[in-house]
Amino acid sequence: MRSQFVAVALMLAVTASVALADQAPTFGRVAAPDEISSWDIDVSPDGTGLPPGSATARTGEAVYAQKCVACHGVKGVGGPAGDLAGGQGTLGVPGKRPVKTVGSFWPYATSFFAYVRRAMPYDKPKSLTNDELYAVTAYVLQLNGLIGADEVMNALTLPKVRMPNRDGFRPWVRGD
Amino acid sequence: MPKQAAPEHLEFAAANGLLDRRLFLRSGAGLATLGYALREPANAAPLPLEPWMTAPNGPVLPYDRPSRFESKVVRGGGGSRTGFSGVTNIKTPLHLLTGTITPAGLHHARLHSGVPDIDPDKHELLIHGLVKRPLIFTVEALSRYPLESHIYFHECGGNSEIMYDEKPSQAGVMGVHGQISCSEWTGVRLAMLMEEAGVDPKAKWILAEGADASAMTRSVPMEKVMKDALIALYQNGERVMPSNGYPMRLLLPGFEGNMQVKWLRRVKALAGPTESRDETSKYTMTHPDGKSTQFNLYIEAKSVITQPAPELKMRGPGFYEISGLAWSGYGKIVKVEVSADGGKSWAPARLEGPGSMLAMTRFRIPWQWDGGPAVLQSRATDNTGYVQPTRAALIAKRGPWANYHANMITSWSIASNGDVTHVYA
Repeated sequence: MRSQFVAVALMLAVTASVALADQAPTFGRVAAPDEISSWDIDVSPDGTGLPPGSATARTGEAVYAQKCVACHGVKGVGGPAGDLAGGQGTLGVPGKRPVKTVGSFWPYATSFFAYVRRAMPYDKPKSLTNDELYAVTAYVLQLNGLIGADEVMNALTLPKVRMPNRDGFRPWVRGD
Repeated sequence: MPKQAAPEHLEFAAANGLLDRRLFLRSGAGLATLGYALREPANAAPLPLEPWMTAPNGPVLPYDRPSRFESKVVRGGGGSRTGFSGVTNIKTPLHLLTGTITPAGLHHARLHSGVPDIDPDKHELLIHGLVKRPLIFTVEALSRYPLESHIYFHECGGNSEIMYDEKPSQAGVMGVHGQISCSEWTGVRLAMLMEEAGVDPKAKWILAEGADASAMTRSVPMEKVMKDALIALYQNGERVMPSNGYPMRLLLPGFEGNMQVKWLRRVKALAGPTESRDETSKYTMTHPDGKSTQFNLYIEAKSVITQPAPELKMRGPGFYEISGLAWSGYGKIVKVEVSADGGKSWAPARLEGPGSMLAMTRFRIPWQWDGGPAVLQSRATDNTGYVQPTRAALIAKRGPWANYHANMITSWSIASNGDVTHVYA
């Protein structure tokens, strides 16, 4: 009897909260998958979000020469926008400023791909094709000695590239 | 400049001329306390009748702006390191402002590809990922939700980073510290929209992305999203300024500024962070052992004296009010102490206002400058008991390459000629 009463009371409570939820403002409209795809450009470290397509560093060199070299310099060094290559072994050296590049500092190759995809080239972001994105990414990884010139980069291979500073990060805790 | 002896009857709260913070709040206390005698009237011409007193005045503007005599009160102190004009920052002129609310047009801004010219009728916010119903919101739709107003400070994670440098920067209080501002923000709780979309319990983070050309992207813990994240539509009562995210920006009270994505176009619920460029390559603190701390979420307690400041030359010995700002991403400021002798002795400053959570606090303390050398410092304590560290203590812990979250005590050196310079003391 008592448990029945509790059950009824619970049902009433659930009904009440559903009714309240029904009254909450809902002014969003449901997005269709086709609408989402053009903006859905992030990539996770496990490769989720990587698009189809593929390329090697050898093809990437030409794309880089056309769209990246003016700001990032020949072989990713010496341009006005900061170095993309070099700097490995400069972290944690007493008295020396760390040289942070894609090769020496970035923990995931997927992050670099995603950044180029959303923000580069500076004067025409979001303009590179998927193949061009894989090509440029492969070239910069190759400049850092992380892959070979003919290694194919695609949605399966890119997340497997082991970045030298992969274990160089830890979550901040208060007092750091 | 000759030293001026302090009146003998004054009671000092700390060395080198710091007075009791309540000195002028007590009845009967006035500048006479400081030894100012009433001046005899001089033989002078009658007070002038200026042109604005003797003819009808000008038209009133539909949108008022500061007097033309205030044209120097503008943002600056930043600039582009790389030569790309859109990759820059512009800072708040802290030395020319008082109170705690930053005028919207003077709120600092860090830009990664300039300021977008967004048509609000074409701006949409997409919420998707690990949700039951992916949703799209227009600006007009968001304006129909219950709105909330909160006064929150906003500080760039890279503010004051130059204090890690070996030599003290002489860029002034604006140049060194000007990436701190405070506004009343009005908007919609992001949690309300997330609930409408129906968040999958597996989603522990969101990705927030801007509509600007750089599509600024940061990951934010879901716990923060559901606690107090705000989609701000208004800043100090008017629509958010273009360089601060018009028509909408993310606000994460107390967190580092970079995470509070401007021109917000997309929120994606995810199981983990995407490890975006600005949470790996940037906004991570590299320690002496070469390891870097990541997701340095909270702004720790900090304070800075804004008057005097290097931009403001002293006008000779005598009475000054030392004033500044203090804030903490963990809550509120409960104490600010001021030193005039480089940290050897401290006096409590008067805190203005109620000291509300995650807002800026203005502090003030009277000072009788004798015209001799002085080193002014301020030290904030927040409601968690955290005390703002010295520069030496912070560098000893983090080393010189940490770049971000530079909340160490600042020292302004006052020279006898009235020059104010930045020193490490």
